[in-house]
Amino acid sequence: MISLAGRDVVHAWGKFVFTGVGLGLLIGVTLTMAGVYRGMVDDARVLLNNSSADLWVVQKDTLGPYAEASSLNDDVYRSILGMRGVARAANVTYLTMQVRQGSRDVRAMVVGIVTGEPGAPANLVAGRQITRSHYEAVADVASGFKLGQQIRIRRNDYHVVGLTRRMVSSGGDPMVFIPLKDAQEAQFLKDNDAIINQRNRTSINPAFNQQSVLNAVLDSQTSNPYVNAVLVQIRPGFSAEDVAQPIRQWKRLQVYTRVQMEEILVAKLIATSSRQIAMFLVILAIVSAAIVAFIIYTLTMGKIREIAVLKLIGTRNSTIASMIMQQAVGLGVIGFFVGKVAATLWAPMFPKYVLLLPGDALRGLMITAIICVLASILAIRAALKVDPAEAIGG
Amino acid sequence: MQSKGILIENMRKRYGSGDTAVDALKDVNMQVNPGEVVGLIGPSGSGKSTLLKCLGAVIEPSAGTMTLGGEIIYQDGWIIKDLRALRRDKIGFVFQAPYLIPFLDVTDNVALLPMLAGYSNIESRKRAVELLEALDVAHRASAMPSQLSGGEQQRVSIARALVNRPPVILADEPTAPLDSERALAVIRILNQMAGQFDTAIIVVTHDEKIIPTFKRIYHIRDGRTDEEAGEGRPFE
Repeated sequence: MISLAGRDVVHAWGKFVFTGVGLGLLIGVTLTMAGVYRGMVDDARVLLNNSSADLWVVQKDTLGPYAEASSLNDDVYRSILGMRGVARAANVTYLTMQVRQGSRDVRAMVVGIVTGEPGAPANLVAGRQITRSHYEAVADVASGFKLGQQIRIRRNDYHVVGLTRRMVSSGGDPMVFIPLKDAQEAQFLKDNDAIINQRNRTSINPAFNQQSVLNAVLDSQTSNPYVNAVLVQIRPGFSAEDVAQPIRQWKRLQVYTRVQMEEILVAKLIATSSRQIAMFLVILAIVSAAIVAFIIYTLTMGKIREIAVLKLIGTRNSTIASMIMQQAVGLGVIGFFVGKVAATLWAPMFPKYVLLLPGDALRGLMITAIICVLASILAIRAALKVDPAEAIGG
Repeated sequence: MQSKGILIENMRKRYGSGDTAVDALKDVNMQVNPGEVVGLIGPSGSGKSTLLKCLGAVIEPSAGTMTLGGEIIYQDGWIIKDLRALRRDKIGFVFQAPYLIPFLDVTDNVALLPMLAGYSNIESRKRAVELLEALDVAHRASAMPSQLSGGEQQRVSIARALVNRPPVILADEPTAPLDSERALAVIRILNQMAGQFDTAIIVVTHDEKIIPTFKRIYHIRDGRTDEEAGEGRPFE
């Protein structure tokens, strides 16, 4: 038996291809939206992987450095190092801010690290690790910074000595790693006028009437003994929970394991975004279905006389329904492949990471096929209602 | 009485019921023998189209008897229930416009019917090519309908009507869009095919050019048929 749908598609290939391309671009947007969500989840996982930590020790009753402000004294890590099962522990600070390079500003997450300790970038794609105590930086390539460039953080200039890849915050901002002391300073560094103003205000405060007290207060105002978290690596043979529990108990701090931190990042931080994307996906699916339904309905209505003739000469209703459904699915398949190619081509152009998973593509293909089948029902109903008598004049 | 062509006895068709009922066909009697081409003429509103639809098993008559190829298919109700198969196997249609399927080439337009009837693609195409040769359009076998002239399209539609060897062909104004020469050519072909394939052909027409070519004509007036002898003028 001849494939009526196939012949019709070949005969009117231009119409089908152009319609398929239009539909494909819409499917491409849908796949990209799914890719944006996958990218956010993957960014969160990569963020955790790259920190090389097994435990995150943060201020009590906070969700940790990526989700909420957390402040710990920077000497806490020493006592944590002495706890059973702890292999390494290091302070880190996180601060999202504008970083200036020449005349341009880049939104970045500035991370204060101790080189070689948890929190420092494990792998570089170019350059070297930070070796000096001050004014060197390792930046993610997504920032656009290049080796050897000078970047300005607050009032200080940093020399870019290394580059990383896929080191971004949960919000997608590229990371810039600088020495911990610099980062602590940068967190609360004020401009000169503000510092002078604060010193004057403190000096005239009658409570600080002794010079030694005044000096101590002034010192405390210009230094920052706080960090956002302590990252802990545990010794082999210890479970994360075994090590976390004594820290919670004796240090009165919040400790998150890797699983808990992933839960915070994925389920809490990007939960609203994922619902937003899910809503977009639903709307796009409905719009795609409406478009396929409209196109197939219009194409079918354009063939009413041919359908009447087919019915008059004895074509089964199932053959006609199959023809329409195959065309709808064919349109969906063309659209899907155009959409897949389009999404693959434009995904790298997005400022945030877009992760196109083969599994999502497969699910997309199945959903497209289902949508096309459902969308063809309207046209099939119309075709089956065609009276074969319409082929006979009068 | 049995007929190998088509025999219509006391056919009636009523639309609606009660006060609004309309009797489109009141008493139709026709007999067309195998190999014969007859004309069916009548003014607008006389019931031609209704009769054609009843003969084509597209609408159901209200009463009467219809015998097709020696088999009673209607007797105050359809005897044969699968009207789709009936139309496919026992009735050929030629329309005013050829209504070829635009996305199938000439061969497949003709071969589609035997394929629908369950013949293999090879057998169906063989039948189609034989008919296209008989109708002198075999050289356009691989052309699309849009590439054919009006006369070629009509010959292909005649081939499609004949391909399943039906006992009757219903031709609805088959020459309306054609000039005199091509109209007469179509009638000549229908007569040749009727003889060659032993088919009864009913030609519904208003076309003054071809009416004189029929040997027998059925006039339909006010839902009733009258038979009269035609001129039987030569086609050339």
